Amino acid sequence: MLTLRPALHLDRLGSVIAVLIGVALFASPFVTYRANRIVSGEGRLLVDALPPAGAVAVIAVVLGVALCAVLAQRPLVRLAAACLGLVTIFPAVGFSAGFVTPAGNTFARVSPAIGFWLLALALALLAADALTRLRLGPWGRLAALSLAAGALALLLLSGAWGDLSLMKEYANRAESFWREARQHLWLAFGSMLAACLAGLPLGMISHRVPALRSSILQGLGVVQTIPSIALFGILIAPLGYLAANVPLAAALGIRGIGAAPAFIALFLYSLLPVVANTMAGLAQVPADVTEAARGMGLSRRQRLVQIELPLAFPVILAGIRIVLVQNIGLATVAALIGGGGFGTFVFQGIGQTATDLVLLGALPTVALSFAAAIILDAIIDLTRRGAHDRD
Amino acid sequence: MSTRAVILRVAALLLLLVFVTAPQLFAFAFAPLTANDAPAIYNQGSLLALTLSHLRIVALATLASTILAVALGIFVTRPAGREFLPLSRSLVNIGQTFPPIAVLAIAVPLVGFGDKPTFIALFLYGLLPIFENTLAGLSEVSPRTLEAAKGMGMNARQRLWQVELPLALPVMLAGIRLSVIISLGTATIGSTVAAKGLGEVIIAGLQSNNVAFILQGGLVVALLAILINDGLGLAERVAARRLGRPMGGLA
Repeated sequence: MLTLRPALHLDRLGSVIAVLIGVALFASPFVTYRANRIVSGEGRLLVDALPPAGAVAVIAVVLGVALCAVLAQRPLVRLAAACLGLVTIFPAVGFSAGFVTPAGNTFARVSPAIGFWLLALALALLAADALTRLRLGPWGRLAALSLAAGALALLLLSGAWGDLSLMKEYANRAESFWREARQHLWLAFGSMLAACLAGLPLGMISHRVPALRSSILQGLGVVQTIPSIALFGILIAPLGYLAANVPLAAALGIRGIGAAPAFIALFLYSLLPVVANTMAGLAQVPADVTEAARGMGLSRRQRLVQIELPLAFPVILAGIRIVLVQNIGLATVAALIGGGGFGTFVFQGIGQTATDLVLLGALPTVALSFAAAIILDAIIDLTRRGAHDRD
Repeated sequence: MSTRAVILRVAALLLLLVFVTAPQLFAFAFAPLTANDAPAIYNQGSLLALTLSHLRIVALATLASTILAVALGIFVTRPAGREFLPLSRSLVNIGQTFPPIAVLAIAVPLVGFGDKPTFIALFLYGLLPIFENTLAGLSEVSPRTLEAAKGMGMNARQRLWQVELPLALPVMLAGIRLSVIISLGTATIGSTVAAKGLGEVIIAGLQSNNVAFILQGGLVVALLAILINDGLGLAERVAARRLGRPMGGLA
C-alpha cells in the first residue's frame, strides 16, 4: 500500500535518542579499567576499548540505529533497530573486557562505564517507545519478555561476559548468590501467599460487613505508611522477647533479628493491596448478576465461589501485582536486619564501595520485579478478557 | 475527621515532639530492653538534629522532584510534547519496578558517600509518583471544560494556570504525598551510606545489638511518617473542597 508522506519527518523523541547515542559513543568512556577490585578506575572510550575493526563495526551499527530513530516512523522498524543495537553492544562490552585486560592479569577489573549505560538507556528507550506504540496484546508482551529473557540467558551462559567485573564477583559467590536468590524469592512470594490467605477472607468479610470496612482499611493504611526499616525495627523487639521467653518460638527459628521480622513486615505491607482490591473487586460485581444467581437458587456460598469471586478476580490480581512488585523491592532491605536476600550483596557492596557487588544484588532484583510486573499485567489482561467473554 | 481522631493525632504529635527534644524522660521505658548496662536512649547525637536533617533532605528532594515532575507532566500533555507521552507513561511504569534501595546503592559509586547519593535517590524516585499523578490530573480535566475556557477567550497559558492546574491540584498533591512517604523511608535507609538521618539510630542499634535503639528509631520514623501522611492528606482534602468536590480517599 502506498501512502503519501512528507519527504522528511524528524522524530522528536528519536532526535533526543540520537543525541544521547552521540554523547555516549564519542564523549563518554565505554568501560572502566581498574588495576584491582577496589581502586578507582580510568575510563576508556569505545575506540580504545575494542580492536579497531570491532570499534568501527559497533559505531557503524549504533549510528545506523540513531539514524533509524530520527527518520523511521514505523514502530516495528524502530523496534528492530533498537534490538539490533542492543544485541551489538551487550556482547561488545563483554568482549571489550577481554581486550582491555592485560593477558594473564587476574586482579584487573573491567566494568561497563557511563557510555555503555547511556547507550543501553538510549536503545532501551527506543525499544520501549516502539513496544508501547505497537500495543502488543498480553501474549505478545509475554513473548517479548521470553525473548528478552532468552537473549539474556544466552549472553550469560555463553560466557561472553565472563571477563567483566560483575561476573567475576558472581563467580566468587556463585553458591551464596543462589542461596540468597532462594531466600529473596521465599521472602517475597511467601509473604505474598500468606497475605493472600489472610487478606482474601478479610476482604470478603469487610465486603459483607460495611461497619468494619473503614477501620480495617485505615489500620492497614497506617501500616503501609511506616517505612520498611522502621517496621522491621519495631518488630524486632517483640520477636526478640518471644524468642527469649517462648521455647517453641525459638525452636521455630523465630529470632529478633533475621528473616522473621522481615517476613512479618512484608506480610503486613501486603495486606492493604490484597484486602482493598478484594473489596473493590467484589463491590464492582453488578447487583443484577448476583440477583440473577439468587433467582437461580444458588446459595450464598455458591454465589460467592461461582459468581462473585471469578468476576472480582482481575481486580484482586491487580492487588497481587502491586504486592509482588512491592515485596520484591522491599525484600532487598531485609538484608539490613540479617534477613538475607539479594540485598546482602547490595549492602556488602556499599560497605566495600564495590559497585559491581552492588549491581550483583540490584540487577537481579530489578529484573525480577520487572518480569513480575509484565507477567502479572498480562495475566490480568487475559482474565479481564475471560470475564468479558462470560458476560 | 472525628474529634477523637483529631485528639489522637495532636497527642501523637506532642509525644513525638517531647521524645525528640527530651528523650531522656523516656529512658525508664526503654531500659528493660537493654543488656549489660547499654544506654537506653540513643547517645551518639541529638535526636532532634537527626530528625531535622532527615526532614530537610526529604523536603529538598521533594521540592526538586515536584518542580521537574510537574514541568515534565505539563510538557508531555502540550501539543509540542505529545510525541513523548506514550513513552513517558511506560517509563513511569517501568521506573516504579526499581526498588528505591537499588537507586540509592547505584548512586553511591557515582557521587560518593553522604547526603548526596541519598538526595539523588530521593529525587529520582520521588519524580515517578508526582509525574504519574500530574499526568492523571491533567488528563482528567474534561475537554468540555477546556472548550468552555477557550470560548471565554482564554489563551493556552491562561487555560493551563487558571483551569487545568487548579483542577488537577488534588490529584497532584496525592502524588506529592506518596512521594514524601516513600522518601521518608528511603532517607532512613540512606543512613547506610552515611546520610544524616534517623536511620542512624536504628543502624547503631543493629550494630551494637541494642534493641532499645532499634525500637526508638523505628517508632520515631513511623510516627513521623504517619503524621506527615495525615497532614498532607488534610491538604489534599482542603484543595478538593475548594473545588467543591469532596474526595473520598484512603487517607
